Amino acid sequence: MAAGPTPDGGAAPAAVAARGLARRFGPVTALDGLSFEVARGELFGLVGPDGAGKTTAIRALAGLVRLDGGEARVLGVRAGARELRERLGLMPQQYSLYRDLTVEENLRFFSRLYVLPRAVYRERVARLLAITRLERFTDRRADALSGGMYKKLALACALLHEPEVLLLDEPTNGVDPVSRRELWALLGEFVHGGMTVLVSTPYMDEAERCTRVALVHRGRALLQGEPSALIAQFQDEAYEVHGGDRDLLDARLAALPPVREASPAGARLKVVVARGARDEVAAALAPLGATLAPAAPDFEDLFLSSIRRAS
Amino acid sequence: MTAPRPAPTAGDGPAIEARELSRRFGAFLAVDRVSFEVERGEIFGYLGANGAGKSTTIRMLTGLLAPTSGTGRVAGFDVRTEPEAVKASIGYMSQKFSLYLDLPVRENLVFFGGAYGLWGKALARRADEVLALADLRDAGDVTTGDLPGGVRQRLALACAILQRPRIVFLDEPTAGVDPVARRTFWRIIRELAREGTTVFVTTHYLDEAEYCRRIGLMVDGRLVALDTPAALKATWVPERLLVARGRDLARAGERLRGLPGVQHVVRFGAALHVRVAPGGVSEEAVAAALRSAGASDVAVEGAEPSLEDVFLAVVGANGRGAEAAS
Ligand SMILES: Nc1ncnc2c1ncn2[C@@H]1O[C@H](COP(=O)(O)OP(=O)(O)OP(=O)(O)O)[C@@H](O)[C@H]1O
Ligand SMILES: [Mg+2]
Repeated sequence: MAAGPTPDGGAAPAAVAARGLARRFGPVTALDGLSFEVARGELFGLVGPDGAGKTTAIRALAGLVRLDGGEARVLGVRAGARELRERLGLMPQQYSLYRDLTVEENLRFFSRLYVLPRAVYRERVARLLAITRLERFTDRRADALSGGMYKKLALACALLHEPEVLLLDEPTNGVDPVSRRELWALLGEFVHGGMTVLVSTPYMDEAERCTRVALVHRGRALLQGEPSALIAQFQDEAYEVHGGDRDLLDARLAALPPVREASPAGARLKVVVARGARDEVAAALAPLGATLAPAAPDFEDLFLSSIRRAS
Repeated sequence: MTAPRPAPTAGDGPAIEARELSRRFGAFLAVDRVSFEVERGEIFGYLGANGAGKSTTIRMLTGLLAPTSGTGRVAGFDVRTEPEAVKASIGYMSQKFSLYLDLPVRENLVFFGGAYGLWGKALARRADEVLALADLRDAGDVTTGDLPGGVRQRLALACAILQRPRIVFLDEPTAGVDPVARRTFWRIIRELAREGTTVFVTTHYLDEAEYCRRIGLMVDGRLVALDTPAALKATWVPERLLVARGRDLARAGERLRGLPGVQHVVRFGAALHVRVAPGGVSEEAVAAALRSAGASDVAVEGAEPSLEDVFLAVVGANGRGAEAAS
């Protein structure tokens, strides 16, 4: 699944190539030399704090943002080129459906944009409606859907035409945990069938499901690689806090410099602390009746620790 | 130019009370005889799948949408007959909140303050307070549209608490917010609750729901569970929970379904959560099965269930299976 030459031996171009992307909006530097490559058939994740530049990067790859510097290419072609129209799909973060059309009418409208044969359309719509659990609501107007249902309809419209390369900007915001899993299973199937997917997400469990991820911060890539390899290089230490009162512990932890972050993990707290600071933190928590137990770091811990160090 | 008075409340009953609260849209029952009480100063989480009826419940309790039947009382006022008094007592951050993106942050507060009858020096002072509380001290002059999403949500929260409401309704306040900003947001929510504000909140991030004192879970318009996080876990995930980590687990996970006692296999990021009935397979047996199905670096250990396990169990038990292992 790693990037590199294709099995046929040719040096096929990367499905998506971002090379030194740069873009300013007035005083704001949105992209500051962002580079990454996505091989064909990869499910590549872009994660990072709000405002890190993920949306601008995706828009640049779709040819919607003029770059001040660097180069964005898709399937070997300059981003925005006409010939990519049929081959590239995009679901922007701010998408719009026809609010006065029903679920079914919206799907039919978007399918026309891609001239899908009738039988193909019927099969795909049936599957997408089942996965988004919207099949009971096909004649409901888009403006009468709940927030998450609306989001899922937009996603279904974007997935209808099954392009070679799909760009998804935070597709699962507001989507419930059951549907999120089903949508990711579907993305997995698409990728298995050869599609390339680039997806940004604020959900770190989704980042763990990507073949590779780039952690974007202030317009550049802070880290990139396979999630498990990145976690293996985790530079801080993760612990679960046992015993003690959670609110008191939270307040105490917030005041300790080596503590990068504390998060609820079930009924307990999980803390990420600077390497070597275990004893100092343990000593501070002892009077509160709490002890530290080593915990396996996950991608969210890696995210928190990397962003805290970089800020 | 008087100091803002705390918002009105009537009586000293529960902060929020729903009795058989229902709402129909045509033939469709969006909220179906929901009953619960929220105590003063409590953080109450309201969870459920998309379309379960969370926002519809909130719109009824905030006096914005009339119930079809049943009653709701908020701060002691009846949501049907005294919607104006309800609105004056609460703060509300809607799922689709709107701010004026071309205005500076502070101007947005001034605008919302005006709508609540705050003005002059009192408004300026209160604006400073909520900016500090929302961790926006230095952002007053920034154009709202230039703020990252997570910071914008905090401004929406600041607007919602301008009039010092005793009760706030937050409908998915952290949707799309990154992990660092979500933690900041929840520190603010908990600070509000410590000061005595009642918080009614919805979210699809179940890790943060751990901070709720009690949680209601909706499925298809009905409230099917309501309890503390610990009690929900004990009731809904009574089985042993095993967490499996390693490489190439997804496909291998399919093999676990036939093993004795294995009831559910669900993906959590790169890991699998396996629920095993009493007397079922051991950790070692699960690890061996995964290895023989092609997974490597396998580690399996017992764990306490999270609220996301509860969510999947409740929603699954009510006819919307969550068998997405791959
Ligand atoms: N005006 C309306 N006409 C018809 N149906 C409606 C209307 N408003 C809401 N509904 C339906 O009521 C149900 C509940 O919607 P609601 O917005 O309360 O869900 P929710 O639990 O907040 O979901 P989400 O997690 O997606 O925000 C949905 O099926 C929705 O389509
Ligand atoms: Mg909602």
